[in-house]
Amino acid sequence: MQRYEDILAQLYDAIRPFASDGLKLEEHTDLVNDLDLDSMKVMNLVRMVEDSFDISIPLNILPHVRTVKDFALQLQKLTQEGP
Amino acid sequence: MKSIFDKFRKIAETRQALEDSGVDCFNVVMENIISATEAIVNGRRTILAGTNNYLGLTFDSECIDAACKAVYEQGTGTTGSRMANGTFSGHLLLEQELGDFFGTRSAIVFSTGYVAILGMLSTLAGPGDVILLDADCHASIYDGCRMSGADIIRFGHNEVKELEKRLRRLGERATNALIVVEGIYSMLGDRAQLADIASLKRKYGAYLLVDEAHSLGVLGEHGRGLAEEVGVEDSTDFVVGTFSKSLGAIGGFCVSKHPELDLIRYASRLYIFTASSSPSTIASTRTALKILRTRPELRSRLWDNAYQLYERLRDMDFVLGPEPSPIVSVRLASKEQTLALWKGLLDRGVYVNLVLPPATPDGGSLLRCSISAAHTPGQLEHICEAFASLRGVTQAA
Repeated sequence: MQRYEDILAQLYDAIRPFASDGLKLEEHTDLVNDLDLDSMKVMNLVRMVEDSFDISIPLNILPHVRTVKDFALQLQKLTQEGP
Repeated sequence: MKSIFDKFRKIAETRQALEDSGVDCFNVVMENIISATEAIVNGRRTILAGTNNYLGLTFDSECIDAACKAVYEQGTGTTGSRMANGTFSGHLLLEQELGDFFGTRSAIVFSTGYVAILGMLSTLAGPGDVILLDADCHASIYDGCRMSGADIIRFGHNEVKELEKRLRRLGERATNALIVVEGIYSMLGDRAQLADIASLKRKYGAYLLVDEAHSLGVLGEHGRGLAEEVGVEDSTDFVVGTFSKSLGAIGGFCVSKHPELDLIRYASRLYIFTASSSPSTIASTRTALKILRTRPELRSRLWDNAYQLYERLRDMDFVLGPEPSPIVSVRLASKEQTLALWKGLLDRGVYVNLVLPPATPDGGSLLRCSISAAHTPGQLEHICEAFASLRGVTQAA
């Protein structure tokens, strides 16, 4: 099972291209409001994260993801369980 | 104080802005229907180029006679669900005729196309199963997936490599995964990469459902849709379709080679808890299906018309969907341009569909024309001339 800290670091790398210059990514960063992502950008971000972790992320979990931390916790669960 | 209607505030503002701009695009009324391709709108004779009436059968005299006869003989409605008192002999005959047409063992008729896809997806897949769907699938497919409780995994539109990656990641779970695609996608009129997708379905042992809503009667030598056209009917587990497009009525169906399809009747709330189609609808649909099978010239005419409009608009440098099809979509740079062009067309007696985000695949705005076999050369010319006269609208900065 991947450690939470490692997942978080990898997630920051995947998210960084979507963040505006100067925005510091933290666990409580809000993916929609702080990163200003519309639905198309969210879809692209999900694809990037999927490829980075080589997993598939069911759409069902997205309503439960608001912050970077929420996302990392879901990814930890998915990498443990498989898609 | 909070109100239950607070959530609609944004919608109210958008609607008000549209009304203020003088473009009341979501309240078009067909005041008088003249034919399959003409109506009176705002008191003006208008060519209908956004109705999905692909074969133009809504005014076919044989279909009308069949519907009238059914009303006189069986009444105006069934007043009950298929499971209770709403299965008349016509419903079963239509199921047999659909099974015969598709060469499948089983067929189920639902009350609308929306109900058919919702009923199939929400029942077929359940918690623990996986649905892999193309990102451009219709809202009804997303709704059905959500209702199923299955894990919903999306792949980029027609990105076959993305689909394969997702199937590979599923491992053993791939054998109870359902891949869902459309024959012709409703917004841009392009087709699924079905030969490649069917090949992946076979490789990973998954199931394949094709929604042929816009391709029934349009594609394939016999009009059975994209699966027929590309020769993958054997690999297609479920075909879902509608009666409200090429068949000119309302209703929906699923056909399958799996005899277990019949069990869906006992499990689908969308089949059990809604009233069945009226006898006249079933009668005109059966007649329309017979016409679809026996008059392939309608399909040829439809494609001739579709190519003509696509090529003419392309020559005017409009940005169109990726391939010619009876759905000809004009992609525009802004919502304002789209509204102006839509209103300009209506003022010139041409009705097309206005599609704004979030209903569009990539967040853009578009005008969606749907072509009919019943459009005359004169009507097509009128549509083209209307677009040409408005070319300046889209060239404005």
